[in-house]
Amino acid sequence: MRLFNLFKIATKAIVLNKTRTLLTMLGIIIGVASVIAMLAIGEGSKESIRTTISAMGSNMITIRPGSDDRGPARGSGGNVQTLTLDDYNQIKAEASLLSYITPVVNGGGQVINGSNNWPSTIYGVNPDYLNIKVVDLQSGSMFTDVEVQSASKVALIGQTVVDNVFPDGRDPVGQMIRFDNIPFKVIGVLEEKGENTFGQDQDDVVIAPYTTVQKRILAIDYLNQVMASAVSENDAPEAVIQVTEILRTQHKLMDSEDDDFTVRSMEELISTFSSTSEMLTILLVAVASISLLIGGIGIMNIMYVSVKERTKEIGLRMAVGGKGSDILMQFLIEAILISITGGLLGVILGLGATVFIEKFLNWPTSVALYSIVVSFAVCAVTGIFFGWYPARKASALDPITALRYE
Amino acid sequence: MTKEIIRIEDLKREFTMGTETVHALRGISFSINEGEFVTIMGSSGSGKSTMLNILGCLDQPTSGLYEIDGLKVKDLSRNELATIRNEKIGFIFQSYNLLARTSAIENVELPLLYNSKVTSEERRDRAVKALEMVGLGERLHHTPSQLSGGQQQRVAIARSLVNNPVMILADEATGNLDTRTSYEIMALFQELNKQGITITFVTHEPDIATFSNRTIVLKDGEIMQDYKNHNVLSAAEQLAQLPKQDD
Repeated sequence: MRLFNLFKIATKAIVLNKTRTLLTMLGIIIGVASVIAMLAIGEGSKESIRTTISAMGSNMITIRPGSDDRGPARGSGGNVQTLTLDDYNQIKAEASLLSYITPVVNGGGQVINGSNNWPSTIYGVNPDYLNIKVVDLQSGSMFTDVEVQSASKVALIGQTVVDNVFPDGRDPVGQMIRFDNIPFKVIGVLEEKGENTFGQDQDDVVIAPYTTVQKRILAIDYLNQVMASAVSENDAPEAVIQVTEILRTQHKLMDSEDDDFTVRSMEELISTFSSTSEMLTILLVAVASISLLIGGIGIMNIMYVSVKERTKEIGLRMAVGGKGSDILMQFLIEAILISITGGLLGVILGLGATVFIEKFLNWPTSVALYSIVVSFAVCAVTGIFFGWYPARKASALDPITALRYE
Repeated sequence: MTKEIIRIEDLKREFTMGTETVHALRGISFSINEGEFVTIMGSSGSGKSTMLNILGCLDQPTSGLYEIDGLKVKDLSRNELATIRNEKIGFIFQSYNLLARTSAIENVELPLLYNSKVTSEERRDRAVKALEMVGLGERLHHTPSQLSGGQQQRVAIARSLVNNPVMILADEATGNLDTRTSYEIMALFQELNKQGITITFVTHEPDIATFSNRTIVLKDGEIMQDYKNHNVLSAAEQLAQLPKQDD
């Protein structure tokens, strides 16, 4: 009952000072809106990275020769020749958590068709490759295991290669091309994938049996990498451990020795890239939080002025029976109401801004429920925190002095 | 036997100003009975304001006894004093002290907002009745800026009546008003007094005292005179004798 009365008194004071209240709220409104918008941008970019990487095959596991090149001064992975076909066979035979696996050899070269030529990269793989990378065929068919064994000179090409070496729009399937000096029969065209998150053209590729590429083009007996696919996304981390153990045994590494290879799942890649965007989000939110803090200080400021301005009123309220606690509650409720209303308007503005950013700037955004809850809670706490000091000041006034205050 | 509303015995109030001790009240004793209309007079520095603050439970004596409606005020906490002010005393100030941009009825309701025993319907009813008693039944929703000084003071009087206090305490209540309006207000006070309401009126204007039935004169913190007024003037009659205003 009493609290309800105090609530009425506080709302009355707010309504009587509409303009001032709105101006006070502005800081909170902008603060909350920017926190929500910034978090939405951060979440959005994180999600878009995740989607792109998942599209590359979220179960994918890559095994590269050479230890983790994040360490200091080691040779780059490409020059290390410690990954062999035997390793591949061993993993294929023993790893139970992998559903697909392919050796990968790759090299750059010129794709030539008559007078058209185009610099591209050739990947030597086995038929599992399409399943691992989650690529479909636009036309034609994949080569078979038999063709791999016989090192057939057959190839599949990506759309970028098609556009550049078959500019006349002829169907490339069944045509002959040359990669460097080796002739290949085009047996299929890969479905268009576009650029990946890192700006790499995923359609600028030639795919051929790894045996062919190894022997006829690169003339090497080692592998550049092994790609595999875990049974499921959840099994990927376990599969990484399994592969690591198999390879350590295969390479006869002592416990004291570091791995001479690197096994990574997509999950790790995702977290690497997410951490960058997370950093950015934290930065954005930090800036937005500062504006929320300033909004809070704005409330304190106005409440402080309000207490000074209404000293006589406070004196009167005390004279007619208002207790110190009543006065405290009145001003506290006022501050909380201002900040919560501001917070509510801020949420609306923030959501509006997010829609605007998505629609007109084409940035990926995603509003997380927690961002609304958190910024709203921060608002309420701000109201209590910054309303407390002036309210305390008001309640501690001496009624006699307050009544005589001019 | 009439009931004693206020009992004061050997009341002292001292202030410390730096190294000096100021004796604002030096041992005052008197009591006020139910239904009395008392004026407390004195020039500035007489201890009048200090007396008013103590009577209004806004301040506490240094020593001595102060009882209001049988309650000993000394050594009560701030909150207990607030409750006494809310339930026992009706305040009226020189400058009205109404809440700006707030209607007459809401101003009158104010003391009851701090009394959780009163429901919102009862609060409204009592506020309307109080405003009717002071002759403002038609102006419930006017804000102070839409009312004259005399009307504003009437709202303040209604506010002081709304909690059914044992005593109304007026501080220079006519100080801001012209003679005609002061008489109107004094006539209202006399009428309320006739209905049995105890009034203590602190003032420095001698003619106000002629409308009350008892006068206490303070000087330098002591009582100079305390006399019954056997020839109480009627403020309404005085008002009728004032030259007519042609407006």
